[in-house]
Amino acid sequence: MSLEQFKNRQTGTQNYILLDLEHAPKTSMEQFKRVIKRGVSLELFVGLGVTFKAMVKALFAKEMHTTKYPFEKLPISPRYRAIHDMLRLLESGNYRCIGCGLCEKICISNCISMDTRYDENQRKEVSEYTINFGRCIFCGYCAEVCPELAIVHGGRYETASEQRASYSLFEDMLTPIDKLSLQQEYDGFGAISPNADENIKKTPLAY
Amino acid sequence: MSELQSIEKMISIKIDGVEYQAKEGEYILNAARANNIFIPAICYLTRCSPTLACRICLVEADGKQVYSCNSKVKEGMEITIDTPNILQERRAIMEVYDVNHPLQCGVCDKSGACELQNYTLELKVDSQSYAIPDTTREVKNWSSVLHYDPGLCIVCERCATVCKDIVGDAAIDTAKRGGAELDKNYKETMPKDAYAMWNKLQKSVIAPTNGTEFTNCSDCGECIAVCPVGALTSRDFVYKSNAWELKRIPAVSAHSSDGFQIYYEVKHTSIADREEKIYRVTNEWNYVSLDGAARFAYDFENRGVSKNKTAFDATIEAFQKAKTIRFNSVITNEEALMLQTLKEKKGIKLYNLEVRAFQKFLRYYQNASGRSLYTTDNDEIMKQSDFVIAVGVSLRNDAPGMKYAFNNVQKLNKGAGLYFHTIEDTLVSGFGKSVESFVHKVGLEEAVFYLILDLFADKTKLPQALKSYIDSFKTSQTKIIQEKVDKTIKEMVKDEKTGEEKEVTKKVKETIEKQITVERNGLLELLGGDSEKFAESFKKMVNKKEHFSMMVGEDLYYHPKAENIAKLIALIEATTSIDVVMNPPKANALGVALICDLDDEASGYTIGYNELGDFRLSALGDGDLDMPAMNQQEGTFTTLSKRVVPTNAALSYDGYELGDIVKVLIDAPSQTIEWTAMLPEEKGYRAVEFDSLPNEYFNDGSENRGYLLDETSMEVALPEVSQIDMSSVLEGEIVYRCNPARQFSDFTDKSHEIFEPFGLYASEAKVATLGEKVEVVFGEKSIVLDVIVDHKMKGEIMKLSDFKYAQNVYELFAESRYKNVTIKKV
Repeated sequence: MSLEQFKNRQTGTQNYILLDLEHAPKTSMEQFKRVIKRGVSLELFVGLGVTFKAMVKALFAKEMHTTKYPFEKLPISPRYRAIHDMLRLLESGNYRCIGCGLCEKICISNCISMDTRYDENQRKEVSEYTINFGRCIFCGYCAEVCPELAIVHGGRYETASEQRASYSLFEDMLTPIDKLSLQQEYDGFGAISPNADENIKKTPLAY
Repeated sequence: MSELQSIEKMISIKIDGVEYQAKEGEYILNAARANNIFIPAICYLTRCSPTLACRICLVEADGKQVYSCNSKVKEGMEITIDTPNILQERRAIMEVYDVNHPLQCGVCDKSGACELQNYTLELKVDSQSYAIPDTTREVKNWSSVLHYDPGLCIVCERCATVCKDIVGDAAIDTAKRGGAELDKNYKETMPKDAYAMWNKLQKSVIAPTNGTEFTNCSDCGECIAVCPVGALTSRDFVYKSNAWELKRIPAVSAHSSDGFQIYYEVKHTSIADREEKIYRVTNEWNYVSLDGAARFAYDFENRGVSKNKTAFDATIEAFQKAKTIRFNSVITNEEALMLQTLKEKKGIKLYNLEVRAFQKFLRYYQNASGRSLYTTDNDEIMKQSDFVIAVGVSLRNDAPGMKYAFNNVQKLNKGAGLYFHTIEDTLVSGFGKSVESFVHKVGLEEAVFYLILDLFADKTKLPQALKSYIDSFKTSQTKIIQEKVDKTIKEMVKDEKTGEEKEVTKKVKETIEKQITVERNGLLELLGGDSEKFAESFKKMVNKKEHFSMMVGEDLYYHPKAENIAKLIALIEATTSIDVVMNPPKANALGVALICDLDDEASGYTIGYNELGDFRLSALGDGDLDMPAMNQQEGTFTTLSKRVVPTNAALSYDGYELGDIVKVLIDAPSQTIEWTAMLPEEKGYRAVEFDSLPNEYFNDGSENRGYLLDETSMEVALPEVSQIDMSSVLEGEIVYRCNPARQFSDFTDKSHEIFEPFGLYASEAKVATLGEKVEVVFGEKSIVLDVIVDHKMKGEIMKLSDFKYAQNVYELFAESRYKNVTIKKV
């Protein structure tokens, strides 16, 4: 490793912008003057006015700003990394995970574990899959490395439970089969970029 | 002999402008590898003949494009690895390999350790220019262990090559695939070598050579090891684990005496069970080839053992009153030394039926030759021998390393071979055209050595009496043979038109009788050979041969005239240029033979260590006190190659070890590996700490594992040998104590990927007369056995397995390996 970066001690070369702020009062006379100026200009009532307007809107125009959590939840960004979801293939309903083990490998807190086997249809079957959420740091590497978009981060950010086991099984994370139609495609970490098609080099086909 | 070994001449070559040293006559690829220079190559295997399937190892040597795997270095050669044209070829070759290769790296077992992945990345293939319709290829299970997915196969032929050139089974080879024809335009547009490679690849697939769906081989799994992609895997391992999940632990195979270097690959058992388990065994396949036992017999560990104080106290009590310890060769040098120390300090007898005969034989040999150990080893034979003789060893069953070396000499060193055994083995005789097999009667091994003396000895060195004894077997016989001879006849012919007389010569075939003298060699005929035919073929066999070697095995150790045979071997070494290697019967037999002072008889209260006894220590989990199995302990082995090699513990073990017992009984070190430095120096061992023993192979293929035993040799007079004793010849119903390939002990039997059953193995014809089950009667004792066909043997002699200690087969056979028995149908 090169140590050059540590040898550069020129710290003043960044692009600082100086803000044109008024100077802080220095003497006690200047401080007194500022208190008087702020006190008599009635700035307090400006703030109260804002609150009053909001109250009127909420009471009469039904423009409420408060979310009634936990009955209501704010939508979160697709880039948010909460408890994982395991997605299914939309057409067949089979789960997408192929058991490649990349999430297990990349996981920096070593909390993913899977068992695989050779099944009757000559395919690799994931016989067991767990994530230890006591260890998971929600870094999103697993979702990013997954070649099948099978493991993704969902929106379940409430990670309080009586038992850790409530989350950690494959079945708990898997989209329920009856809710397959509601399964959302994932836009967050590791999802296909919008311009993915442009980046692909085409392979010739002989059919 | 060693002084005759040629010293390899070094020459200098230039690779990419830098000067390097290389061995004369070496392939460019190997020379580069030995100098730590990378040349891409897929299909080449060190120790095998080049196949030229991949063509990726193209280099430019002295301005000419050559394949580095099959062109030899020359003095002053200038080699360029990458030229624009070669890079183009290589890139095209990799693109072709990627055509229609299934995009299932995600599930493939080889992913992460795959040469196709590596080379695709190495050569920066990021687009595809070629296409062809794919062919359906079904996944097949070739045997109980081999799983082949032809869709993934890149037909590099490495599996077929190793099977032919090293293993000798030649069980698989390329076969027709029936793929689509290449587009005609490619021939003009594609780089030349890539096109030729593709043309062949598109037509081929790998298949068993016997024309069926199943291989009839020794199931060694070497083809699995060499497969660069995920096409060949073990049936047991398919989709079980990714390569990168497994932790590799360098160790030594605990079954045959070859002491192959292996890696146990371990990982936790499952999500629920975090205890580690061995998933498979891998090896450095370029430098060492494993047999089936080394590769597939790995899960023989003694699981779930904890320290049982009561059992331990009982053990101490048993040792206090013990008169004998009975053990076998599956034991480390350190443990052997512990037992020897117990013998010295407590007077306990050491009883070991597997090793005793070998130990005696080795002593006879040491006395007769003045050498502490035999003169060569299998690796040496593979490297340079071109004439190899095997006597008294069932190559296919007893000695996988010898079988590989014997075969490799035929295939790679343009060698010849003589195989003397009592049982005809169809596999060994097929190793090469220059292999002559002699099927002789049981007990005639002495005659074999006399024949070898006759054929190879420098007659001036032999004592006169011996010379005349050998000559007494020779007779000349006059024989009348009919021969067709061309005869020229001159005739006067009258031309009818001109009336002129002309002399015309005519050639006429005439049969004449000729009297010739035929040299008959009685020795040869005693061993079932044909003097006339052999004299001619032998002349061809020895033609231009330089390095002669001989393999001897277990039959001789149990021979009634073992001492005389040992002397004959010493005599052969002294009077011929033949080097000898002996096959220690099993596992660490050589270590036990050198370290322990074994007794002939067991008496009194006996402690059995993995053997029968009044009190049993067992790593099989069935004894009075549990012991760690070989994959659970560290220590050293003494291999057939006269090398002391370290092995490491792959799995944890929480119970008591032999060292714990010895510590209580006598003043001894606390750790087993502290005994390593105490191994007897007078036997050739060195005072080296266990932790400083290396365990690796260098890039040039040289072995850097442990250390070689120090050998001593003294000048001694030629041993006096006695004449052939015809009374040791056995006739009638004979059984031979011999295990099926892959079975060596209860440990191999315990492993779940070893399927060869315990029983009586016989040739097809013999089995037809025996039926399914028989009782084999040895005088007073008898044993009931299943009869199993061994398709590769012929004749009347039957092979009786000995790998189950509980069956006590060694005692049935007592001091011989062949026994006259009565067979009763059950």
